[in-house]
This record gives sequence, C-alpha cells and structure tokens, in this order.
Amino acid sequence: MKRLIKNGRVVDPQSGTDDTLDILLDGGRIARVEKRIPEKGAEVFDATGMVVAPGFIDMHVHLREPGFERKETIASGLAAALAGGFTAVCCMPNTNPVNDNASVTQYILDKARSCSPVRVYPIGAVTKGSKGEELAPYAEMREAGVRAVSDDGHPVASSAVMRRALEYAGSLGMLVIDHCEDLELVGDGVMNEGPVAVRLGLHGIPAEAESIPVRRDITLARLTGQRVHIAHVSTRLAVEAIRAAKKRRVPVTAEATPHHFSLTEEAVIGFDTNTKMNPPLRGQDDVDAVIEGLADGTLDAIVTDHAPHAYEEKMVEFDRAPNGIIGLQTAVPLALDRLVRTDRVSLKRMVDAFSSAPARLLGLEGKGRIQEGADADLTIFSLRKETCLAPGDIKSLSKNSPFLGVKLKGAVMAVIIAGELYPAAKKG
Amino acid sequence: MSFAHKHLMGIEELSAEDITLILDTAEKMSEVSRRPLKKVPALRGKLVVNLFFENSTRTRSSFEIAEKRLSADTLNFSASTSSLQKGETLVDTVLNLERMQPDCYVIRHASPGTCQLIHPFTKAALVNAGDGTHEHPTQALLDAMTIRQKKGDFKGLEVLICGDISHSRVVRSNVFLLSKMGAKVTVCGPATFMPPHMGSLGVTVTTDFEQALRGKDVVMMLRIQMERQTKGLFPSLLEYYKTFGLTEERLRLADKQVIVMHPGPINRGVEMASEVADGPYSVILDQVENGVAVRMAVLYLLLGGSEDETAH
Repeated sequence: MKRLIKNGRVVDPQSGTDDTLDILLDGGRIARVEKRIPEKGAEVFDATGMVVAPGFIDMHVHLREPGFERKETIASGLAAALAGGFTAVCCMPNTNPVNDNASVTQYILDKARSCSPVRVYPIGAVTKGSKGEELAPYAEMREAGVRAVSDDGHPVASSAVMRRALEYAGSLGMLVIDHCEDLELVGDGVMNEGPVAVRLGLHGIPAEAESIPVRRDITLARLTGQRVHIAHVSTRLAVEAIRAAKKRRVPVTAEATPHHFSLTEEAVIGFDTNTKMNPPLRGQDDVDAVIEGLADGTLDAIVTDHAPHAYEEKMVEFDRAPNGIIGLQTAVPLALDRLVRTDRVSLKRMVDAFSSAPARLLGLEGKGRIQEGADADLTIFSLRKETCLAPGDIKSLSKNSPFLGVKLKGAVMAVIIAGELYPAAKKG
Repeated sequence: MSFAHKHLMGIEELSAEDITLILDTAEKMSEVSRRPLKKVPALRGKLVVNLFFENSTRTRSSFEIAEKRLSADTLNFSASTSSLQKGETLVDTVLNLERMQPDCYVIRHASPGTCQLIHPFTKAALVNAGDGTHEHPTQALLDAMTIRQKKGDFKGLEVLICGDISHSRVVRSNVFLLSKMGAKVTVCGPATFMPPHMGSLGVTVTTDFEQALRGKDVVMMLRIQMERQTKGLFPSLLEYYKTFGLTEERLRLADKQVIVMHPGPINRGVEMASEVADGPYSVILDQVENGVAVRMAVLYLLLGGSEDETAH
C-alpha cells in the first residue's frame, strides 16, 4: 500500500533538507521525496503545520523484561515508545537473566515482534553477567542482532577489561557504551554534590565521579583506536573532555538525557524520589554544558535512559529509593520545549540527535534519513501543540516521572513504521 | 501570637518570630518541670506516637517525658520491635498507625526527608526528631534556649561549631536557627569531616581550630563517632584530640564569658577534656534540661493546647 505524507516540514539532517515537501511511502520504503506528489492511489496523511523527521531511535532504554515485569514489560515499554514518537529502541541488558548471550537476545526480539511494531535493537552485556570480569560472547550476540554492548547500570571498572572490550567489539564493528561512574568516589552519595545536597543533608556525588572514568575511556579509545560511546553525560567536566577528545579525533561519542538538560539539583528539594537518578541531576552550569554539548554535536544523541520502577519501590526514603525515571513519552516534548523553543539547539540538530546520530552510531542501514530507498520510518510532531501528561496517559507500567502535569510546548502527532501509520492518541 | 505551622519538620521553614515564640513558650514549660506535681492537662486525650527507627535513648526519653508532663497518651514504636524488620515500608507503617487516630508523630529516622515522605499519608502533626543528617529541629531549639538563657540575645553572637560536620544530625538545624536569629556561625573540623559547599549555608568554614576559637561567645562541640576512623576519615582518636579536642588551655582563646555546649553523648578525651565538660563554662546539662521544656513547647503549640491549661 502506498502512503503519502503531504505538506509537512521535512527535516532530514543527513541531507540537510528542511523544506515543505511530500513523502511517498511504498512497501516499507520511502519512494519519493518531492514537492506536490499526486495523491493518486495513496492513503494521505496531511502533515500541514507539522515536522516530519526520520524515525526517532532511543538508544538507551530499560524494558525490564525478562526478570522485572513488575516495573515494565517489553509490551508496555514499546507501547510507551510508540506513544512517545519512537520507531526504534535499544534496550539495555540489565535484565534477569542479563542479556549476555544470544538466547536472551532472541527472547527479547521474539517477544518484541509479537507485541509491537516498534523495532528493538537489544544491547548486549560487555561482560558476562555484567560483572566486569569476562567478556560476553559478542559475535554470537551480533549474529542475533546486537549492535552495541554495555554493562549499563555498572561501570566497567577494570581498565584492562575495558581495553579488551573495545578491541574485541571494535573488530566486530560493535559499539561499546560505557556507564561512567567511579563507585568509590560516589560512596554513599545519592544526589549531586553541591549546595542543595549540603542543605538537605544528603551525601553528594561529585562531577569527577563521572569525568574521571570518561577520561579513562577516552584514553583507552585512543590506545585501541576503537569507538567508545559515553552514556548519559551529565557534567561540564565530561562534556569538555569529550569535546577536546573529538577535536583530537579520538573515536568517542556520547549521549545525554532529557532530565539532564531539563532539571537541576534544585528539583530534589522536597525529597521527591522521582528526582533521584544516576547520574544525579546536576547544577545549572552542568545543565548549560549539556545543552551546549547537544547544540554543537559534542553529545551526539538524545536518549531517555527510560528506567521504570514500581510505585512501591519509589515510595520510600530518598536515600533508599532506586535510581531513574521513565522518559519515553516526555523526551520529544522536553527536547522541543527546553532545547528548540528556547533556540538553544537547532531543530535540525535536535532531529539529528534523535534519529540520524543513533542510526550512524549503531550502523543501522536505511534508518535516520528521509531519502529515496530509506526505510519508511518517520516521526511526525508539532512545534506548537502542547503536551501535558497525566498518570493515566502513561503507557509504561511504572509512572515514575517528575514531568507529569508539566506543560510542554511540542507534541508527537504520529509515528510511521515500515510505512504503517500510528497516530498519537487524541487528547483533550 | 499563635504558631502558624502544623508540623515541625525543620528549622529551615520557621521564621525568627516562630522561633522566639517556641523559646518563650518553653520558658513557661520549664516551670512545670520544677513543680512537685510535674503535670498539666494541656494534651489530655491526645495520642502521640514516638516513631523511632534509630536508637536514640536520650531524644526519645526527652520527648516521652515532655509528652507525659502534658498529659498526652504515648505509644512508643521502635524499629527493633516493629514490622519494619518484616519488610513493611515506612509508608505502610504510617498508614496502619493512622487508623489508631494519632494526633502527632515524633519521628527519628536515618534517612533525610522522612517527614516529607510521610506527610501526604497522615492527618497528624509531624515532629522531626532527627532525619539523618538533614534536620533535628528540637535539638537546635534547646540549644537556642540554652544560649538565650546565658547570653540574653543572639544578635552578633559569635558561635563556633566544631567536629564531624558531615555526619552531624544537629549542625544544619543549628546553622539555620542561629543565622535566622542574627548570630554569626563558624564551623570547624578536619577537612574530611566538612561537607563540600558548606559555605553556601552562610557560615564561615575553617580547619584551624585554635584560630576559630578566638573571641567566640559559644563553642559547640560535636560527637565523633568512633567508626569514622575505620572508614579512613581520620587517622586516630589521639590525633583528633590533639588537633580538635577542646582543652582548658584552648578554651582560654575564646571570649571570657564563653559557654561550652555539646548535643551529647560526649566522648571524654576525644572532643573535649573532662575538665572542660565538667568545668564552669559547660552548659551541657542545661541543654538536657531545656530539651524537655522545648519539646513540651513544640507539642503544645502544634497540638493546640490553650494558654490557661498550663496552670494548675
């Protein structure tokens, strides 16, 4: 079946296109991208006043299945992804069992295909059981569809193990994503080390707990000549280290989350456990650095680090609560409201960070571009329409978000995956 | 003038007027404790639950005495005997206790923000009896009552707080209170015991104890917990005493009318010499006595006793 996306503002970071164009989809591919394509024989979606972008890919989510289905299932997580404007997600391996072999990968892929059109690219573990010791079988996982490995949630503490991971993954064309955290410097810290922590009597986590391992990873990327990707960058120190390394052509890339560019440590006042994450919410200067890093491409991708936790897990003392928040349904509105509307990041760069950049990093052929022959995966959104989510709008099993009830300018209007249209739920 | 707050979660949300009202009320309450019949009917029929999730014999005893002198009914709920060991969450504990129709919870817990967590789940008044290293408002109030008795006023007073600032449950409340009342606060201790960004609370921060002692009107020493040594935060108790221990000789650097305070329990020969603890400048036992009066005042103001009920 043919589908015609009419009259939208087509933003394709890869070709530099930003123009009002029609897009004809045919058989799961983009057939034509031109002005005024005749409607004949095609189902029409009128995108007047909307932005049409390559399908958004969230390369950092926790779907929690297998093992933690009280928090989220593959079905509920992918429903949230679809509602949030994502055509694809990469799920982190910290499930139970850990995704450190092809059979777990295959389980996730089968489950995903049976319940959602959203494409899933599971991320494998760097080390067996994510214990930081022995390398996981990358080649076997790659065969099953894994594009990247990470021990997310845990840093790869040993420099020797990290070196081997970079060498081995690099030889297979796979990306190593590192969760950079010096656990000894973190100690019993539960929020950013700064004036708010001292006021609230909570132990702090210094920025250096992130920047020291980031610098180590950069050094190892230079040593091995292989790519390293830094997960959820939250500090100016780390942004500046990555920027300097990129200037020296070290193969390092990085990502940032909407909460790290939208909230500061001030949000913790009141002890809401939905403001507790790892890395923690930082100070205003760090938030500014993350935004500047996204604007100039130092931070390549925007990811949600979607981390569902059940109500009862978060409804405890702040220092005992688990880290993380859900993010799939708020990421795009937050980026539009806090980055694009404020003119701090261009629309083209924002679209790149959500689509072309992850496709590039993961080597996803046919993704991240709106060009003839590319996959018919599109994300369609409005810059003007408001998003304000109530708990009932959340598709995730868990509702742990500090952004519920917050009005954001910008809204996802529809998602197209393999040529199929999934309009956003009508609201209000 | 009446007290405008329903809870006492911390000093941070109180005004100087609120603090003065509590201290004035506490002065009246201390008279009750000196009567032959140490009891007034002010809180008759009110149920106060002492929710103690951490051991604290002295704070709990002080609250319990305050409650009894006001004729409140009390229930002591402590972690060792409670369902918390069976995995019940704090919120569930409160939801259960709530059906006993308590009028007030007095809460001690190791985690900062415990009152804020409980708050949406209860109709009762909340009194923070120490939430981790966050606030311990009645301690700061009893300290203030003691200072006011000895010094008359807070304006321009030079106060030194010395010890393990990082792990202290009393220092923030004291800093908030003394700053609101116009005193100037200096905090001192080993750098490893000083939380980063301490200066952002509006205090002077130093590691030079002898310099810091000069001209001080009030010197408040904090308890050193022995287990900190094993965590590598300081080399030895002897080294600590040599550098930060309050001796008679060092005390001479302070103002001639200095008072020496300690929230207790003291480690003699670690934070201070016995001669100082028992000496003429020490008001440590006055603090203990004022603790009961301040807690009576807080409970009385929060639970809406009326003025004449403190009479016979």
